[in-house]
Formats: sequence, structure tokens, C-alpha cells
Amino acid sequence: MKKTKQLLAGLALMIWGEAQADYAVNMPVGVTETSRDIHDLHMLILWICVAIGVIVYGLMVYSIVHHRKSKGAVPAKFHENTRLEIVWTLIPFLILFAMAVPATQVMIKAYDTGAADMTIKVTGYQWKWRYTYLDEGIDFFSTLDTKSNEARQLGSRIDPTTVDNYLLNVDDPLVIPVGKKIRILLTAADVLHAWWVPEFGWKKDAIPGFITDGWIKVEKPGTYRGQCAELCGRDHGFMPIVVIAKTDEEYKQWVAEHKSKQESEQAESGKTFTLDELVAKGEQVYSTNCAACHLPNGEGIPGTFPAIKGSPVALGPIAEHVSVVVKGKKSMPAFEDQLSAADLAAVITYQRNAFGNKKGDLVQPSEIQAQK
Amino acid sequence: MTAATHDAHHEHHDHGPAKGFMRWVTTTNHKDIGTLYLVTALIMFFVGGAMALIIRLELFEPGMQWVDPLFFNQMTTLHALIMVFGAVMPAFVGLANWMIPMMIGAPDMALPRMNNWSFWILPFAFALLASTLFMEGGAPAAGWTLYPPLVLQGGNHLPFAIFSVHLLGMSSIMGAINIIVTVFNMRAPGMTLMKLPMFVWTWVITAFLLIAVMPVFAGAVTMLLTDKYFGTSFFNAAGGGDPVLYQHLFWFFGHPEVYIMILPSFGVISQIIPTFARKPLFGYSSMVYATASIGLLSFIVWAHHQYTVGMPLAGELYFTYATMLIAVPTGVKVFNWISTMWKGAMTFETPMLFAIAFVVLFTMGGFTGLMMSISPADLQYHDTYFIVAHFHYVLVPGAVFALFAGTYYWLPKWTGHKYDERLGQLHFWLSTISVNVLFFPQHFVGLAGMPRRIPDYAVQFAEFNAMSSAGAFVFGFSQLIFVYVVIKAIKGGEKASSEVWEGAENHGLEWHLPSPPPYHTWTEAPAPELILDKH
Ligand code: HEM
Ligand SMILES: [Cu+2]
Repeated sequence: MKKTKQLLAGLALMIWGEAQADYAVNMPVGVTETSRDIHDLHMLILWICVAIGVIVYGLMVYSIVHHRKSKGAVPAKFHENTRLEIVWTLIPFLILFAMAVPATQVMIKAYDTGAADMTIKVTGYQWKWRYTYLDEGIDFFSTLDTKSNEARQLGSRIDPTTVDNYLLNVDDPLVIPVGKKIRILLTAADVLHAWWVPEFGWKKDAIPGFITDGWIKVEKPGTYRGQCAELCGRDHGFMPIVVIAKTDEEYKQWVAEHKSKQESEQAESGKTFTLDELVAKGEQVYSTNCAACHLPNGEGIPGTFPAIKGSPVALGPIAEHVSVVVKGKKSMPAFEDQLSAADLAAVITYQRNAFGNKKGDLVQPSEIQAQK
Repeated sequence: MTAATHDAHHEHHDHGPAKGFMRWVTTTNHKDIGTLYLVTALIMFFVGGAMALIIRLELFEPGMQWVDPLFFNQMTTLHALIMVFGAVMPAFVGLANWMIPMMIGAPDMALPRMNNWSFWILPFAFALLASTLFMEGGAPAAGWTLYPPLVLQGGNHLPFAIFSVHLLGMSSIMGAINIIVTVFNMRAPGMTLMKLPMFVWTWVITAFLLIAVMPVFAGAVTMLLTDKYFGTSFFNAAGGGDPVLYQHLFWFFGHPEVYIMILPSFGVISQIIPTFARKPLFGYSSMVYATASIGLLSFIVWAHHQYTVGMPLAGELYFTYATMLIAVPTGVKVFNWISTMWKGAMTFETPMLFAIAFVVLFTMGGFTGLMMSISPADLQYHDTYFIVAHFHYVLVPGAVFALFAGTYYWLPKWTGHKYDERLGQLHFWLSTISVNVLFFPQHFVGLAGMPRRIPDYAVQFAEFNAMSSAGAFVFGFSQLIFVYVVIKAIKGGEKASSEVWEGAENHGLEWHLPSPPPYHTWTEAPAPELILDKH
């Protein structure tokens, strides 16, 4: 029923050709100068193409209607006209030139990352983004929010339309001040990713071992959403980007809050936990960080991602288990920078005691700290 | 010379084909091999199409309903590899095998034994590729571009996929050599290069592209293999390599590759439109030069697939300007087709319908291509559904429609029977309408922000995706009509005359042969006066 409704709505839209509020049919105008320049360029070339199309298709339709045998048309004999052929080679050249000039101007501006007010480094991980504020000492990961994550599991039976910003929401968004030129440095920890917020007007690849860059100067406070745009593995479709642009004051306030949050997380690493506390905390950490590959039920994907359930590592010596999680192994990333000592201790303990593993042992944050 | 005298002349030394299974295994006859290629391509079209339908089924509505995201990625990868290497390319090689000797007045391909070999490699290559689906870890899931480092993460399917690519490449190169040698050495006396039919010209240029780029691709994927198994670091930054190097190598192959799938279409369309407009092709020489310049330009524009990898500004601008230039010869071709229709006396049998739809819809794909060539705008379009819409407009109503057009056009010649015109037109209308319902909305979701290669999407893209999927299913099932029409024509039906289409003998040598042509044709060169000056 829902499907047929969707279909009918789509067809009705085609017939009326009318863009309604929630049917986005074109590139957003955006909130940066670059994005508006690019939008204008896009509309310019679109209209040039439409104009050429009207001429080309018009001529075709005319001859299909009038030069048909059933109307008694007698075929002409001509098969060459050098002057005409030269004309329709030269005119396209001129049109292309007219498009190349504004394109060059926009590109030069979009590539000028100099004189930035601040710099943020963005690192792509499978499948989350890490934001490092080079000037503020803030450093955190940003992952798909829990609600979308639950709804998107195969056969979850949760209706995505009941989830706010389904697949376009994160637990910890990037926060930036408005009106400042911010240079974005991009890199990746494992495979290629691409950072893309349509309303900023550009995307750029994040490449392991290399740094690419771009810049934004957001003019309006607000929340802007995007997604990873380079195929980066199983959860490529579940790697959203959320940027909140705040006024300078609100931004400063956020910086202070985020710093104190970061400190309290660090303090946790000195604490001693009980087995139950660790398992409960670990379940959370597992579902955001590990379930994508090893699956929520710990069964893994044979041949690609090993199972945790009954795994020799999770049932073997604890030191080996800690080393795999902290330092990584083959295509398993090293989590030492991604998770706090407390989270690492929790998730390792969880893996040893969940999915019927029942080892009964645990590891404390302080022991992880020693290995890091 | 009439068809009848020709037939009589052949009678006493025309030994027909052997019978049974071994005929097809051992055959070196260009018509048999052409048939083998075409049948294989049709089967692969359905295999690749079934994978596309699995993808579109999952994308019908938001949320994950049917397949695991990893399997989804395997489907996009295999769908593309199979459509490109299994359906479109072999189908054009099949047309080339059937038609080139008949069109240039040659008795067969120049290297018939190699011809057999280049076909029979294919089934083994596809078996290798398909076997990866049943391996631990599944098939490659990094997209048809097989970008590292992602492609190196998978299980042990990689060597199988890569050896399969090597075999496909060998087969293509052998096919290309055969076509070049045939055209350069076996033309009938009097058929100078500037009298070659357009279809032959486009295939010669395509064959040179194939020989130039397949080895580059083979080299690039071999480097992947050594990176994975022999400790090299060509593409691994930690060992001093560069993942972007792979992209440059891949697209140095990949960009000409997309022209390899489209130039022969230009040839087919240039044969069909003059026949049904009852006029010679307009601007034959400029068609030849335009095709050659598209071929040459295709080598110097590869990095327009990589505008977002962080090239220097000068690189971005160079690739933008060079890519935009391709619009000029492409435009010339479109204008020439329209001028061929202009003041003609057109009829609209199925091949002509598909040819007209080709011109209209391929031009649309050309427009979006021009938009994407502008690097700053592509910073938005890149890796979105806008791209998916663009390349499917050039590949489905482009390459595939040209193949349908060519098949309907030559089917009566091949089988000696007229196909069912009513069903042919039904196939045309269903395909054309559904292909637009399928791909047109993808422009919108792409512009509005839907990335490609994702198994699930935000809810604002739901309506257009539902439409797209509905279109896909109609398109897919309409193709069964095509199979039925072809089988029916093979089995029997109204006899086709040797010229098949009214006045067709003014448009090529093949129409001077009886329908179906005898097993061996042109054992004696065609009379010089049959060779046309302008097509
Ligand atoms: C039967 C009609 C077809 C349908 C419904 C279809 C559908 C699709 C879909 C849904 C995708 C995935 C897009 C994405 O998420 O990026 C795709 C990708 C692709 N298709 Fe098709 N397709 C069709 C025919 C073809 C043909 C005939 C060709 C080529 C000759 C082709 C070549 C490709 C390529 C190269 C990709 C890109 C795969 C990648 O991202 O690596 N398709 N197709
Ligand atoms: Cu990613």
C-alpha cells in the first residue's frame, strides 16, 4: 500500500512537473559562496544544453513529421554541404568557450585554500569520520546515530520514515563557527572515502597516506547534512556527515563543553569497573564500532570478517585479544586512537562474555593504558 | 548481379556446415562465430540484468529488506563487469564477425582459427568470474573500477577475478587484431578506405583503441595482485605507493573503454538511418574524421573521472578543456544523422525506431556528459546518482538500443525470415518508455544529494527510487519479448528477399547476398560496380 502510494506520488509529480516542498529535484543553492557559484554554473550549462536540445530535437521532430514516406515525401539526393559542416563545428567551439570561462573562474576560487581562519583535519575510517580541530585540541569520532543504525539493519522492521533524518544523522556532529574561512584537510585511515556536504558545494576524496584539502565559509547558522561519496566497503551507505554552524559565541561555548567532556572521558580510564559494568558498557561500544563487520550477533562474514562467537581470539589469552583490538590486524583497524581505554576495556570484556563466549574474565582500563 | 545468379554460382562448391555440437566448438566460420558471440552476449545481458534487478529491488523503498550490504556491493560490481565485458562488448564483436566480411566483400575473417580461440576463451573467463560468488567472502565488492585499497580487503576471490579480466582482455585483443587484419587485407578490389561502410570504420577505430588500452588494464590489475600476494606496494601509501596511481592507470583504460562500447553503436546507427530515410548518409567523410577524433581524444581525458582526488588546479583545468572538446565531434555526428533524415522519405520499422530513440536518448546522455566535464560542477555531480543516470543513458539507450537496432535490421538477412514487426514495435515502445521511467528520475535524486553505490538511502529519495525500480522491472521483463521475436524469426516466418528493406541494396554489399546468405559468401570478389561511393 505504501509502495503504491509512493509510486503514484512519483508519477503524479512527473505529470505535473511541479517541484513540491519535499521533492528535491535540483542541486541545492547552498550556504557558501562556492556552492552558489557552482549552482549558477550548473544552471548556466543546463540551460545551454536545454537550448541546444530544443533545436536538435525540434529539427528531428520536424523531419519525422514532414519527411515521412507515408506523407508522400520523395527523398532528396544531397549528402554533403561543406559550408554547413564547418559552421556546425565552429559554433559549438564558441559555445564551449563561453562555458569554459566562468568554469575557470569558479575553479580558481574553489581551489584557493590560503588565508584560512582555522583548520580542521577530517579522517575517514570504515565507517565513521574523525574530526581533529588543529587549533583547539579537540578530537572526536562521528558515527551513524543509534536510531538510524537500528532501523537500517536487514529485516529490522523499523519503518525508516519514523526515524528523524534517517541515515543522515550522527552521534557527534562537526561544529563550526559561521563567517570564518575554515580549511578542511582530508585523509583516510584505511580505504578511500569522500567528504561531501551538498550545501557546501564540493566533495573531495580522503586518501590514506595523502592529504587533500578544501575550504568552507558558511554564512548561515544551521545544520547541514551529507554522506560519504566514495565506495568504502560494506557500510559505505551508512557514513553520514553532519555539520552544525554556530555563531561565534555559541561555538566558543561548545568548544568549552566539548573539552570538559573529553577530559571526563579520560578520567574514566583511571577507574576500576566490575564485570557487569564492563559488559553493559561494552555492548554499546560493540554496536557502534564492531557490529558493522562482525555483525550484531557476532557471527561475522565468513572469508572477510571473522566471527567473534566462538573465536579463538575471544576465547584465548587476554593479551592477544587486547593486542588485536588495540593494534589492529590485516583489514581490522587499530582502535587505539579511536576509543578511550575505558571503552576498549569494556568492548574486549563484552566480546569475551557475549554470544555464548562466557569466558568470565575481564580487563581493566588501566591495563589497556599500559599497552597503548 | 542479382541474388539468384549469385546463388547458382555458389551451388557446386558450397559445402554447408557440419552438424551437431562439435560444429559450434570447432567452427572457424565468421557467421557461426558471430552467432556464438551474439548468443553469449544475450545470455550475459540477462545474467547482468538479473543482478541489476536485485539491486533495484533492494532500492525500491528505504530500509534494508532483501540483501546484506556486502552482497549488494558484490551485485553492483558483477552487474557492471558482466554488462560491460559480457554483454555489450561481445555483442558488438558478434555483429562485427557477422557483418564485416559481408560488408567488405571478403569470404571470411582473415584469421579464422584465432577467431574460434578468441570466442571460446570467453565462457571460461565468465565461469571464473562467476565462481567468485560461491567463494568464502564472496565476489569482488569494490565496484567495477576495483579501486585499491578496498579491493585488497576482500577474500581470495581477487586472483580469480583478475585472471578472468586477463582472459577477457586477451580475447578482446585477438578479436581486435582479427578485425584490423581483415579490413586492411581482405577488402574487395575497388573498396578503398574512404568507401568502407561506416560500421566497418567505427570498428576499425574501436579495434585500435582495444589494442592500445587492454594491456594497460591488464598491467594495473596485475599490480593489484602483486600488492596483495607478493608484498609490493604500488598502491599502498604505507609502503611508498600511491592509491591514486591505480586510478590513473584504470581510467587510462577505462575512458577509451566507454568509447569502445559506443563507437560501434555509431556505426550501426549510420547504417540504419540512411536505409530508412532512403537517402545516403550525410557527411560521410566528416563522420569518419569525427569518429577518429573521438577515438584520439579519448586517450587524453581520463582524469575527468578523478576531479575529486585532489589534482592540482592546472590538471583540473586541462582535463576540463580537453573533455569539453569531445562535444564537438560528437555534435557533428548528431547533426549529420539529423541531416540524413532531413528531406528523406522515412518509414519507421523497428530498427529505425530504435535508431531514432538512440539519437534522442544518447544525445541526452551527451548533454549530462558535457555538464560533468566542467570540473567545478562535477565537484557536486561526482559519485552521485546523476552519474548513474548519465552513464546508463549512454549505455542502455545508447549501446544496447544500437544493438537492438542492428539485430532487427540484419535479422532477416541472417535468418532469411522477417521478424514479427508488431512484436518488435511492442518491444520498442515498452523498452523506450520504461528505460526513461527507470533512469530519468535518477538525475533528480543525484542532484538532490543521493550518493551512488549505496544500498539504502534517506527517505526524501523514496518516491523517485520507487519509480526507478518499477521502470527497471518493466524494462527487464520487456526483454523477454526480444528473445521470443528472435527465436520466432530463426524458426520460420515470412521469407525475406535479398534486399530485405526497400532500396537497401543502395546501402551496402551485404544486401546483394541472398537471405540467409550461404555458409560461404564472396568466395569470388563482388563486382566493382556494387561497391558504393558514398554511404
Ligand atoms: C537493464 C537495465 C539496467 C539496470 C536496471 C541497471 C541498474 C544499475 C544499478 C542500480 C546500478 C548501481 C548504481 C550505483 O549504486 O552506483 C548500476 C551500476 C552500473 N551499471 Fe547498470 N543497469 C542496467 C544496464 C546496464 C548496462 C547495459 C550496462 C553496461 C554496458 C551497465 C553498466 C553499469 C555500470 C558500469 C555500473 C557501475 C557499477 C559500479 O558502480 O561500479 N548497466 N546499474
Ligand atoms: Cu566512506
